[in-house]
Amino acid sequence: MTDRLATTLDVNGRSYSVTVEPRKSLADALREDCGLTGTHLGCEHGVCGACTVIVDGKPVRSCLMFAVQAEGLAVRTVEGLAEGDELHPLQRHFWEQHGLQCGFCTPGFLMLVAGAFEADPTIDDAAMMEVLSSNLCRCTGYQNIAKAVSLALKDMRAGR
Amino acid sequence: MSWTGRALPRLEDPTLLRGRGRYVADLAPGAAHVRFVRSPVARGRILGIEAPEGVRVYTAADLADVGQIRPVLERPDYVAVSQPVLAVDRVCFAGQAVAFVVADDAAAAEDLAERVFLDIEPEDPVVDLDAALRPGAIQTHPEAPGNVLVEGRMRTPGLDAAFAEAAAVIALDLRSRRQSAMPMETRGGVARYDTRDGRTTLHASVQMPHMLRTGLADLLGCPEAELRVIAPDVGGGFGQKMSLFPEYAALVWLARHVKRDVAWIEDRRENFLASAHSRDQAFTVRGAFDATGHLLGLEANLRSNVGAFSCYPVTCGVEPLMAFAELPGPYKVPEYGARSRGVTTNTCTMAPYRGVARPMLTLTMERLMESAARRLGLDPVEIRRRNLIDRFPHRSPTGLVHDEGSYIAAMEAAVAAVDVPAFRLRQAEARAKGRHLGLGLSVFSERTGYGTPAYAARGMAIVPGYEQVECSLDPSGHVELRIGASPHGQGLGTALAQLVADELGVEPGQVQVVSGDTDRTPYGWGTFASRSMVIAGGASRLASAKVAAKLRGVAARMMGATEAEIALEDGFARVRGTNRATPIREVARAAHHRSHLFADLEGGLRQSAFYDPFGTFSNACHVAQVEVDVETGGVRVERFLVVEDAGRLINPMIVDGQIHGGVAQGIANALYEEVVYDPDGNLLTASLADYLPPTIHEIPPIEILHMETISDATLTGAKGVGEGGTIGAPAAVVNAIVDALSPFGIEINEIPATPERIRAAIRSARDSRT
Repeated sequence: MTDRLATTLDVNGRSYSVTVEPRKSLADALREDCGLTGTHLGCEHGVCGACTVIVDGKPVRSCLMFAVQAEGLAVRTVEGLAEGDELHPLQRHFWEQHGLQCGFCTPGFLMLVAGAFEADPTIDDAAMMEVLSSNLCRCTGYQNIAKAVSLALKDMRAGR
Repeated sequence: MSWTGRALPRLEDPTLLRGRGRYVADLAPGAAHVRFVRSPVARGRILGIEAPEGVRVYTAADLADVGQIRPVLERPDYVAVSQPVLAVDRVCFAGQAVAFVVADDAAAAEDLAERVFLDIEPEDPVVDLDAALRPGAIQTHPEAPGNVLVEGRMRTPGLDAAFAEAAAVIALDLRSRRQSAMPMETRGGVARYDTRDGRTTLHASVQMPHMLRTGLADLLGCPEAELRVIAPDVGGGFGQKMSLFPEYAALVWLARHVKRDVAWIEDRRENFLASAHSRDQAFTVRGAFDATGHLLGLEANLRSNVGAFSCYPVTCGVEPLMAFAELPGPYKVPEYGARSRGVTTNTCTMAPYRGVARPMLTLTMERLMESAARRLGLDPVEIRRRNLIDRFPHRSPTGLVHDEGSYIAAMEAAVAAVDVPAFRLRQAEARAKGRHLGLGLSVFSERTGYGTPAYAARGMAIVPGYEQVECSLDPSGHVELRIGASPHGQGLGTALAQLVADELGVEPGQVQVVSGDTDRTPYGWGTFASRSMVIAGGASRLASAKVAAKLRGVAARMMGATEAEIALEDGFARVRGTNRATPIREVARAAHHRSHLFADLEGGLRQSAFYDPFGTFSNACHVAQVEVDVETGGVRVERFLVVEDAGRLINPMIVDGQIHGGVAQGIANALYEEVVYDPDGNLLTASLADYLPPTIHEIPPIEILHMETISDATLTGAKGVGEGGTIGAPAAVVNAIVDALSPFGIEINEIPATPERIRAAIRSARDSRT
């Protein structure tokens, strides 16, 4: 197919030198070339949001971005959310509130909320619920995702 | 303190939350990728398959030694049809796999597939359910004249008399449009051939790994021992992943043929085109009521569009025969007559989806009760009160035995919780301002946890139903529980660990539940049909109780007590009424390493158990409150209440999660989701932008109240709960819409009740008045 391009991806603070086709999505590069399979693909056409990662402080659907476009940008994936053994407040509250069942959409939701909060730390609960409507979950009926996000936002605002 | 009954956070979650889950696509890097070339037309003759130069294209000719999928029901009214792994001579639905290509990665395989030319002469297809039943309709399969693949019929002798003496006869004609289970993770498999032993391991996103292995071995003509099927983390199934699909047979055949790792990861479009659909059903019923609202008799003509083929192993009988057997639901139906047909068309094959026929049959019975109440001037709650089953056990006209439940009590609790009089006031005030609020009720029973008798009654050649569990205690006092069930997001591992922890006096975190791997688990049927907590739970209790007995025997000897005096709790074997105690890990170690001292004690620390219950019924009442915008036809669900009786709650948090997710899918069924074909059989809803699963914005807060009727039909007292949410919600939402629009006097006869359909109903009501 097309010639491959050498590029460097900065993911979770680590640098990955990869050689990819220009058409390769960021999601595929993260999964196949960086070995970071926590980012999931639910539709590959930008609707479900399972592949959401944070790029330069904003949530992005990684199936709709080419890997080569991410060169020079800071990418964060679910693998970089916890600090060592300590879960991020979002992960903790998703766990405690049963905000996940099959877990396939979960990384996308976590990165969506973490990214939206980073982009606007003053975001209120109502605005965050609007943000949550960008991703799909098939198991939870969103009930416990909403609860978990609301509790996590309290902690995140308090800097916990 | 008992672990059972606690809302314990799930043991599965930390891995998943860190992005360390292993779903099948995570295992694909490094493997060669398969891309299927699929039929672009619904029906036609294959004239040729043209391979691009230098490209190896695999077709049916390559798979000549592979068998065809041919599920069987042993009943005279069933026509078996065969589904080839790759289409032979003809295609029967748009999306059917005709050929495949292989390349180093998925994108390259897709490029190759684009260049394969399928020379297919299109023929007129049959797509619509009722069109397929018309005399002279095109036949989907030559061996099925009239397009009927399965039919159930019965008529009690007193049915005609019931209608003759009825004070009111209510006729309904209801239509449920086609839906997709739409798990977030699509199907997929990675097959690995091991050159050392000649075995092939298929990692696949499935709900029934053992059944898949049996089916594959039969198709490939090899011993099951040559195959290993592993369901890794599975991103939801809801029934869509419980059938043997041709793609898996092709993948395993290829791995054995080329002796390398091969992967197929389905994309979303393929999932909509070619996995499985459901709920394409039309029910025409008549109910005979006496003047006081008692249902005297029910007559039904039930049709289900089962698509092009029959799903394995449950067959295309799953929707029509469940509709036939369970239509009366929670109601006393003294006389019953029904004809239920599974109709084949040139569309994607129907397979089970959470709830199967029951969302539609619940909609039917609940519309029947509402319509009868209106006709007879009765309160809708009162008419249900008069007809709901109130004595147990109850035998239905089709021979189902309802164990103890709380049908009336659950409804009363729901009605009390929503405060109907207060709502009626708000409704009247809103109407005065031109706003249309409505309240709708849905009462239903959910048959769960049924073992082999239920499936045998359907005539299945392969009779699922039991579960086996192996429980063992290692020398460090940790427990391993190997189960034949195959959870895929439900949290069954945590709930079983709670049960077993109570039997053995350990903590749930010390119980490792192993599932989904045919090499490591006893033969079992998997996770579907609201069965796992009941059946795998019962088997887990039996197996762990046997291990506990041995543990108590050893502990008794170690402490000079009798077995009956030993209690296993909090990590210790204690002599009751004394302060003597030994840590369970020491008892376990002694049992393993000082076994010569206990050689005369029966049993061992590795035990298996088998459980095959007759089945039980959960029950629930759902209440939906909606607002309908009469200008746009848009519906908002403002409030949703569930009173659920699923027996004993092992982990209430998990139970609530099942209800939440089920209700959301049921609201989607009522209002949003529809798989649409055009008249030529082209799928018009092949992306998530066209098919409309709800977001958080469409799902209201769901309130749940529990009742716990402990029936002796199950070993643990737990009844199944996986499907109830989807079963009850559509009827509650539709009844609420009809209530909201009562000033217009309209009926909602079709789901999803989209804005277009609601506007059409309002328009026709206005037209018929002018």
